[in-house]
Amino acid sequence: MSVQAVPLAVELTGIEKRFPGVIANHDVDLRVRAGTIHAIVGENGAGKSTLMKTLYGMHQPEAGTIRVNGAEQHFKSPSDAIAVGIGMVHQHFMLADNLSVLENVILGLEPTVGGGRIDFGGARRRIEELATATGTTLDLDAPVSELGVGARQRVEIIKVLFRGARILILDEPTAVLVPQEVEELFENLGRLIADGATIIFISHKLDEVLAHADDITVIRQGTTVAEVKPADVDRAALGELMVGSELPSPEGRESPIADDVRLRVRNITVGKPGQRNVVEDVSFDIRSGEIVGIAGVEGNGQFELCEAILGQTEMLTGTIEVEGRDVTSEPTRTRRDCGLGYVPFDRHREALLLNMPLWENTLLGREDEAELARGPLVDTRSARADCVEIIDRFSVLTPGESVPAFALSGGNQQKLVVGRELSDRPRVLIAAHPTRGVDIGAQAAIWSEIRHARDAGLAVLLVSADLEELIGLSDTLKVMFDGRITATLDPANVTPAMLGSYMTGAVQEAS
Amino acid sequence: MSNDRADEVAAPDGAAATRSGARRGALSPNVQQSLVTLASSIGAVLLAFAICGVLLAITGKDPINAYTKMIETGFTKLKFYEMIDRATPLVISAVAVAIGFKMNLFNIGVEGQYKIATLFAAVIGAEVNLPKVIHLPFVLLVAVATGAGWAWIAAFLKVKRGVNEVISTIMLNYVALALMDYLFNEFWRDKSKTDLNVKTKPLPTSAWMPDIVAGRVSGFAIVALLVAFVYWIVVFKSRFGYRLRASGENAVAARTSGISSRRMIVIAMLMSGGIAGLVGMQSVTGEIHAYGLGIPDNLGFNGIAVALLGRNHPLGIIAAAMLFGFLDSTGAALQLEKVPSSVIAVIQAILVLTVVIVNQVVKKRMDRRTAQRSLEAVQTVGAAA
Repeated sequence: MSVQAVPLAVELTGIEKRFPGVIANHDVDLRVRAGTIHAIVGENGAGKSTLMKTLYGMHQPEAGTIRVNGAEQHFKSPSDAIAVGIGMVHQHFMLADNLSVLENVILGLEPTVGGGRIDFGGARRRIEELATATGTTLDLDAPVSELGVGARQRVEIIKVLFRGARILILDEPTAVLVPQEVEELFENLGRLIADGATIIFISHKLDEVLAHADDITVIRQGTTVAEVKPADVDRAALGELMVGSELPSPEGRESPIADDVRLRVRNITVGKPGQRNVVEDVSFDIRSGEIVGIAGVEGNGQFELCEAILGQTEMLTGTIEVEGRDVTSEPTRTRRDCGLGYVPFDRHREALLLNMPLWENTLLGREDEAELARGPLVDTRSARADCVEIIDRFSVLTPGESVPAFALSGGNQQKLVVGRELSDRPRVLIAAHPTRGVDIGAQAAIWSEIRHARDAGLAVLLVSADLEELIGLSDTLKVMFDGRITATLDPANVTPAMLGSYMTGAVQEAS
Repeated sequence: MSNDRADEVAAPDGAAATRSGARRGALSPNVQQSLVTLASSIGAVLLAFAICGVLLAITGKDPINAYTKMIETGFTKLKFYEMIDRATPLVISAVAVAIGFKMNLFNIGVEGQYKIATLFAAVIGAEVNLPKVIHLPFVLLVAVATGAGWAWIAAFLKVKRGVNEVISTIMLNYVALALMDYLFNEFWRDKSKTDLNVKTKPLPTSAWMPDIVAGRVSGFAIVALLVAFVYWIVVFKSRFGYRLRASGENAVAARTSGISSRRMIVIAMLMSGGIAGLVGMQSVTGEIHAYGLGIPDNLGFNGIAVALLGRNHPLGIIAAAMLFGFLDSTGAALQLEKVPSSVIAVIQAILVLTVVIVNQVVKKRMDRRTAQRSLEAVQTVGAAA
């Protein structure tokens, strides 16, 4: 560290942030020089957003120090962060559609003249100054509902500046923008820098990071692994830093993959008319005893693909066959009855009845099975016994099957969900992030159950952001980017650089 | 090899023993929870009376005196009958509302659904001549069908157009009243009578509901108990009810498991409306024997209060309806003490508020304790293993 005339705008040392069962950040060090654009890159779930929320005072770290312009800070809430000049533009805009641009900017901080009347004139002058400084033009009286995405983002930035921010945090600002808008955004940010502001932006688009950032900090698995200058790295090197240089080697398997195709998916396209398709022409086969892994940065169509296979979303085109039976126009329940199991992305939202007892949770989706029903009634006794069986087989730690699902830890909830989906010996399992947010013990247990089921002939579609999981389990690895499958790789000889560049869309191979 | 085997057998046994031991521990909290719910409800009722007592005292009435009078008159035989008579439609109405609640649907339209059902059942029932065993059930069936039909409009709007059922059912209440007014005055009013007591054509005696206690307690009390029982079986014990509750608890999870949420919305709404159709039938088939003046108001809205008070549980609903019936039946006694009978409505309103608030607070605490306990139990099991 050389002698610096200006203290660092932001200096984070040894930040640690835990959530129940998960360590989201540990040993994080971040040094942001004043008057620079500082990029924070990393995969989804690497802990970028958690870190920025810490810096913005949205939650408090368990350990570590935060210094802003040299002075140590303890933020209790975002208003403390705002008070020292930190502002945040969230990925999902927080604007009131029915109000005008001007009203949105001053919302919550209305300048008043005597008698509590809002000083619209003063506010207008101030906002116009800010807009000129950033080089944007905005119709202050237009309702926000009429603005496009790029303009909304400019409103958000001006809103933050209006609150006196000199250090701006932008959470994936370019995720929603088209290329021209991206250029415009960085032009505006450049002007702000010239004006003395400091910008921290989160991204996983390596191109724009390399093009626009002054410094880059890489976060991997919750911690900062490198700080580099764009001049010193290329995209491949940066991709490798993001993904990690050592990949696990795939585990040997005992049983060979059979020939019979359990899940056949052809030309699935999902989208709304007039919008970009979220899934574009996806086709693949999964055979008995095979695990096909889908890698990709979240939000590239994996969720919609799973929903389409399950029958939860309409497809524009495509066919789905389970064991040779065309289920394209069948409802979800029929597909499940054909042997399709689903471990969903978000267990709380899509899989669990949190206030209901465990035995009613393991019954979900299976209440019509003959052995769990007694005529039109639920056979409570066998449903309970069935639940106890799942609890035993998957070592769910619980005092019993009568406790409500909310009382279980995340790992045990997930084991219960995986157990439910495997208990009927499905023919095909869609497992989306099957071990997300669970502890290592539960993770190992879930992996071994999936392997067992695979050895018994189960076909698995594994969607994950965890490379260890993907490489450790998959027989074939597919990369999904922008709704399409852009690469099909062999997990045995995939390199981090390859994965990094495929996942960020830098390289696309025709599949 | 044989040793390994023995171990294998022994391990699950040991695990099962620890677990069943833990489960015995978990069962008693379940019973405990019911007791806590009961205790907290009773506590909330007492709290409500205390608050009303303060209100009475502020307005210069003697609360002790008023409550004494309520209890004195309330616990006579005649008042007991009146309580049952008043509680009967409330049980039915609350069950109608509770079916919706269990599915996370707020059917505020019970009011309109039961009223329009009284008109159609009375008119159609008076037009046919059937033997007694069929006529009364037929009239009730017409009421159920009308109530369900009216509720279907809201279900259709929600499923097809995404209209919130709260809005549509409130609006449909007004539409029902206006439509009934028109139909009654233009077509169905019995013009053979010239007195002020306007009615539709009277129902033949074959469509009358017999009384259990002549002139005091209608046979509808049994119908109400039956409705509560069927509600319990269907919603809490059947596969259909499981799907209904699962959809109400977590619509996304239910849909992901293959339960069609649209279908559940339509069926739940039809059931709710169908039961609502029975709410006013005690008056039609048991008292007035026609549609006309004297069909009670607000049973649908009070049903919402009773369902909240009874926490959507059949036994809770019956108890809450009895409490409301008791309060209603003592209103006249209060007036003799120069306490305005509208105090009864105030007590009822405060009751609902205190019970809902107290239950919420207690539930939060219980939930936290359950989570804590299961954590501890797991730790002990873990330590034992």
